[in-house]
Amino acid sequence: MEPIIAVLVGFLIGCSTYLMLQRNLIRFVLGLALISHAANLLIFASGGLTRGLPAVIMAGETKPQLGVANALPQALILTAIVISFSVLTFALVLAFRAYQRLQTVDTDAMRAAEPPVPTAPAQPEGKVGLP
Amino acid sequence: MTWLLAGPVVLPLIAAVVTRMLPRGSLVQRLFSLVAALGLLGLSAALLTTVWRNGILAGQMGDWPAPFGITLVADHLAAAMVAVTAVIGVATIVYSFADLAGKGLSDGFHTLLHVLLAGVCGAFLAGDIFNLYVWYEVMLISSFALLVLGDTRAQLDGAVRYAALNLVATTLLLSGIGLLYGLTGTLNMADLHLRVQEVEHQGLLTVVAVLFIAAFGIKSAVFPLFFWLPASYHTPKVSVSAIFSGLLTKVGVYSMMRVFTLIFTHDVGYTHEILLWTAGLTMVTGVLGAAAQNELRRILSFHIISQIGYMILGVALFTPLGLLGAVFYIIHHIIVKANLFFIAGAARRMGGSWDLQNLGSLYREAPLLAVLFFVPAFSLAGFPPLSGFWAKLFLIEASIESSNYAIAAVALAVGLLTAYSMTKIWVNGFWKARPPEAHRPSQLPPLRRRLLLGPVAGLAGLTIMIGLYVQPLYTLAERAAAELMEPTGYVEAVLGTGSAPEMANRLAGQEVRAQ
Repeated sequence: MEPIIAVLVGFLIGCSTYLMLQRNLIRFVLGLALISHAANLLIFASGGLTRGLPAVIMAGETKPQLGVANALPQALILTAIVISFSVLTFALVLAFRAYQRLQTVDTDAMRAAEPPVPTAPAQPEGKVGLP
Repeated sequence: MTWLLAGPVVLPLIAAVVTRMLPRGSLVQRLFSLVAALGLLGLSAALLTTVWRNGILAGQMGDWPAPFGITLVADHLAAAMVAVTAVIGVATIVYSFADLAGKGLSDGFHTLLHVLLAGVCGAFLAGDIFNLYVWYEVMLISSFALLVLGDTRAQLDGAVRYAALNLVATTLLLSGIGLLYGLTGTLNMADLHLRVQEVEHQGLLTVVAVLFIAAFGIKSAVFPLFFWLPASYHTPKVSVSAIFSGLLTKVGVYSMMRVFTLIFTHDVGYTHEILLWTAGLTMVTGVLGAAAQNELRRILSFHIISQIGYMILGVALFTPLGLLGAVFYIIHHIIVKANLFFIAGAARRMGGSWDLQNLGSLYREAPLLAVLFFVPAFSLAGFPPLSGFWAKLFLIEASIESSNYAIAAVALAVGLLTAYSMTKIWVNGFWKARPPEAHRPSQLPPLRRRLLLGPVAGLAGLTIMIGLYVQPLYTLAERAAAELMEPTGYVEAVLGTGSAPEMANRLAGQEVRAQ
C-alpha cells in the first residue's frame, strides 16, 4: 500500500508545482490546496499503514495482542487539515480581494507594492512586462 | 510552575478575545491591550528569572508524561526570546496609539497583535515539533490579517506574495515533520535528540534536514528564499512592519537554532556547510539590495535579510562562541530593527515622505528623532559601544577561531556596507536641506509626538544599555549557547532523569511502536 501512496504523493506534488508556477493567482491557490493534501498523505504513509487493526488496547490487557493501528498520524493530519482549510479560505479571500482592487489575477501584472519593471519603459501602463 | 510556562501563550490569547469584545477603537480597548502586553512582559520577566536561577524549565500540559503529551520548555534562549517579544509587544502597542489613529484601523489591530504574540511565544516555548508547526500557523494567519489591515492596493499585492511563499514554507515544514516522524516515531524534540541517533539510514535524515533548511529558510528569509520579504514588509502600517521585522523572521532563525543543535547534528559537515554558504550569501545579497534602494522602509527590509545572515552564521559555525554570538545577535537585532521601523514611521510623519529624495532637514526640525536614529542605525552597522558591535565581534571572533577567514571577511565587509546605507539615510533624510518642491507636513500634536518617540527612546535606551553594560546579556547568551551545544540538560529536563515509572512508560511506548 505504501508504494501506491508514495507515487500518489509524488504525482500530487508534481501537479501542484505545475499549478503554482503559473502566473494565474487562482491556479496558485489550487496548487496550494493540492500540496497540502500531498503533505497530509505523506504523514499518513510515513506513520505506517495498517489494515483492520484496533487503535486501542482491549480491556484487561496491558499489551496489544495483534498489534495496533497508529492513531497519531491521523491526529496530526486532522489538525493539519483544519489548519490548511482555514488558510486556504483566507488565500481565496485574499486572491478575490486582490482581484477586486488590482483588477487582475496575473501575478506579473500585480506590481502595486514594487516599482514597475525598469526594463520595459516603452510598454503602455498597466500591462507591465507582459506580451 | 507550569502556569509560568503556559502563561506567555494563554495571556495574549485571552487578551485577544477580550480586546475583540471591548468597544472597537475605544480608549478602553487600547488601554486594555497595553495592560495585557505589560502583563506579558511581567510574566516573561518572571519566566526568565526562574530559568536564570533554576535552569531549564519544562512542563507537561495535561500531565501526560513527556514523549506523549504536549511539552512546553523554556531554556535560557527560549525565555530570553519570550522576554524580548514582550518588550517589542509593549513598544508596538504604545506606538500604535499614535500611528493607527485613523478610524477603523485599530479595530482589528489589537486583537490580531495579541494572537500574533501568542503564536510567537508558543513557537519559542514549544517542546515538540508538531506544536512548533501549529504555532507557526497561528502566527502566520494573524500576520496575514495584520498585513492587509488598511486594504490598500500595495498591501494586497504584498500580502499575495507574502502569503504564497509562506504557505509553501509551512507545507514543506509539515512534510519534513511527517518524514521525521516516519523515521523516528516521535515528535518530542528532546526525544528526537535521542532517537535520531538510532536511525538506520542516516542519509535519509540528511534529506529531511535539508527539507527543514528550506522550510525555515523561507520563514527566516535567507538567500535565495527571501523574495517575499522586500515585496511585502514595506506595505503595511508602520506598527505592523515594526513588529514583523522584529519578530517573524527571527522565529525562523530560532527554529533553525533549535533544530540544528538538538536534532540534526549527525552530519554537521554537510548540513552546517550549507548553512554557512547560505549565511554568507544572505549577508551579501541583503546588504547590496539595500544599497540599491531609496525608500526608507525598503532599505530597512533588505537590511533584515542581511542581518539574518549573521545569525545563521552563528548556527552554521556550531561552536559555543558562534552560538553565543547568534543568541546575542538575535536579541540585539530584534530591538534595533523594530526601532528603526518606528523611526522610519516617525520620519514619515514629521518629514512627509518615505522617499529619501523628498526628505530632508529632519536634523533641524526633529533633533530628538535625529539623535534617536543614530543609536539603532549605528548599532545595526556595528559601531562600538552599541549592542551591534558586541554581536558582530563575537561572531567574527568565532569565525576566525574556527578558521573560517573568508566568512569573517564577508561579515566585516557587510558591516561596512550597512554603515554606508545608514549614512545614506542620515545624509539624505536628516542632514541635507529638504528639496523645495517637497511638501512639509503640519506639526504633529505634542501628545502624538511623544507617543511616537516614547517607544523609540525606550528601545534606543535598551540598545545603549546592552552596549555599555554587556555582561548580563553576555552571560545569558553564554548559558544559552552552552545549553544548545550540550543538549543533555534539555533532554533531562523534558524526559526526566530516568525515574522508574517514567522508564516503564517509555519502554511500553517503544514496544507498541515496534509492533
